[in-house]
Amino acid sequence: MQTMTVTDAVSSALAEEMRRDPTVLLMGEGVATKRLPLVEAFGGARVRNTPLAEGIIAGTAAGAAATGLRPVIDLLFAPFLTYAMDEIVNSAGKLRYISGGQFAFPMVVLAQTGAGWGVGAQHNHNVEAWFVHSPGLKVVMPSNPADAKGLLKAAIRDDNPVLFFTDIGLAYADGPVPDGDAVIPLGQAAVLREGGDVTLVSYAKTVHGCVQAAARLAEAGIEAEVIDLRTLKPLDEDAILRSVRKTGRLVVVHEASRMCGVGAEIAALVAEKAFGSLRAPVVRLTGPDAPTPASFPLEQAFVPQAEAIESAARGLVQGR
Amino acid sequence: MTSDTLNPNPLVQALERMVLIRAYEDTLVGLHGQGRAAGTCTSVGQEASAVGVVSALAPEDLILTNHRSAGHLLARGADPGRLMAEVMGKRDGYCKGKSGSLHIASKEIGVVLTSTIVGGELALATGVALSRATLGGEGIVVCFFGDGAACEGRFHESLNLAALWNLPILYVCENNQWQAFVHRKETTLAESVVPQAAALGMDGTSVDGNDVEAVQAAAAEAVAAVRRTRKPFLLETRTYRLRGHFEPDDQSYVDPGELEHWRGRDPIALLRARLERDGRLSAAGADAIAARARAVMEQAVAFAEASPYPGAEDLTSDVYA
Ligand SMILES: Cc1ncc(C[n+]2csc(CCOP(=O)(O)OP(=O)(O)O)c2C)c(N)n1
Ligand SMILES: [Mg+2]
Repeated sequence: MQTMTVTDAVSSALAEEMRRDPTVLLMGEGVATKRLPLVEAFGGARVRNTPLAEGIIAGTAAGAAATGLRPVIDLLFAPFLTYAMDEIVNSAGKLRYISGGQFAFPMVVLAQTGAGWGVGAQHNHNVEAWFVHSPGLKVVMPSNPADAKGLLKAAIRDDNPVLFFTDIGLAYADGPVPDGDAVIPLGQAAVLREGGDVTLVSYAKTVHGCVQAAARLAEAGIEAEVIDLRTLKPLDEDAILRSVRKTGRLVVVHEASRMCGVGAEIAALVAEKAFGSLRAPVVRLTGPDAPTPASFPLEQAFVPQAEAIESAARGLVQGR
Repeated sequence: MTSDTLNPNPLVQALERMVLIRAYEDTLVGLHGQGRAAGTCTSVGQEASAVGVVSALAPEDLILTNHRSAGHLLARGADPGRLMAEVMGKRDGYCKGKSGSLHIASKEIGVVLTSTIVGGELALATGVALSRATLGGEGIVVCFFGDGAACEGRFHESLNLAALWNLPILYVCENNQWQAFVHRKETTLAESVVPQAAALGMDGTSVDGNDVEAVQAAAAEAVAAVRRTRKPFLLETRTYRLRGHFEPDDQSYVDPGELEHWRGRDPIALLRARLERDGRLSAAGADAIAARARAVMEQAVAFAEASPYPGAEDLTSDVYA
């Protein structure tokens, strides 16, 4: 076991996968500057700084992925993905299907997002649901360094395009990371805490709010089950349904806006497949339908916090 | 106040503006170090480019800028206190604290649609110029962007459309040799963006961006040409980002020799030395300019720190018109 940040866990996964597979390469604006040890280990041909041009970075990755390489691209901040949307969504996401299965796109797109730095709406926008809504893509959003490393390894080995979002607010937080080849399969949620009274489902930063809320609820005799989705697509429907069938109550929490967010999908899933188990309406706690403000207090107010999660869960259990 | 306050020499006025910009950014860096302000992209070393171009404009002209905007805003007369309040996320900031440092726009001084999506300003400038051309008026549009933005497809798309539709845009590429953590030489083989304008049928020129006199002269000519012909023009200012990309930044990736070379070409030091040498400014006059800038910054910090944060109701205001 080692202690490292999410940022270092990403580097560690990249290094291990690049060592394991010579077709893996890393490209992006400043990747060679910021991950110098990777350049030293694998050379400039496999760790490439690029021009400032997200469209051509993603397009180059898609073309290379379809013809033998396994590119990882770092597009920095999630809002910049809009410049690469065509290449990711229309090319990497569709050309396999359109071609009748002739091509595959083993590529990973890295991007950071989330509140924490006060950098405002053109750097902080939780856009994961856009990609969940796009066929042919997978979407991963870890909440801690160990998951970041294990999931990135799986994402790099996956034969499909994977969007890999890391939360700015978690980037420099330390956590334990297992030694060795600890791959975490895509599509498996983690049950962080078991409980029979209410299910808290979340991913990325707000998982930590759920864990804090669950600890406080336990002091009040309410046992919350906390599920960290880790992968948003494929979605671990079984983990969600199993828990809700047990607890009968569900709070879904995410920082992204509510309408058509991942929480809406989960609420619909539970309504369709576990309606009979529900003892109360599903509650969604999400960011508002607004761009993210830069001002620190507003940025914090944007994110569902532990207090709100605790009181929502309490309300469900006490039938309020 | 000394008599230099009223010094009518445009170069002395340019120096005063450049010193103000430097003082503002130095102050912000200091505040950031003390945890009193968020990080920022400074334009330290690029003051001559901002002041040289903006001083060539008329009040009715509109400016678009990007993440490295303080020079453009202050050259245009922005209030340092309100700028600082914005960087601190306060209610009295130019954007009510919703922008922070990266996208500060102020319609009242003609700095519109500031975008921190690199290339965003290039995409929007054509529309701003189209509305000017359609709705009438003498004003032209000035679009500041970096050498990195010129690598985005939007650069080509914007210039092509502007040339094709005769849009009155002065494109100003501030070529500061860096694109965040990547040197310009790592992203393009071209030494200059100007030939790209020529390829699209647009005139352009390149100027020493650390010599404010040269920038002023080139900008005045370019502005006059856009105003007269109602056609776009590309001006490249060759300059250097003396500090990091975004504070804090230790610049460990920067070649020390290159940095030293450009520190020796600090546009403020160059201008001050020239004015003193020519007898157009006394050492005491130059010191007075610096003292005035410091006093303005003291007031600005006090104003910004006293300003309240926005309230919870502001979280969802201004989303729709
Ligand atoms: C579309 C997009 N990609 C990447 C970034 C991150 N970023 C912000 S500024 C910058 C460098 C811009 O370089 P340049 O255009 O030369 O302007 P400079 O910062 O040198 O003034 C980068 C990569 C961004 N804001 N937007
Ligand atoms: Mg630059």
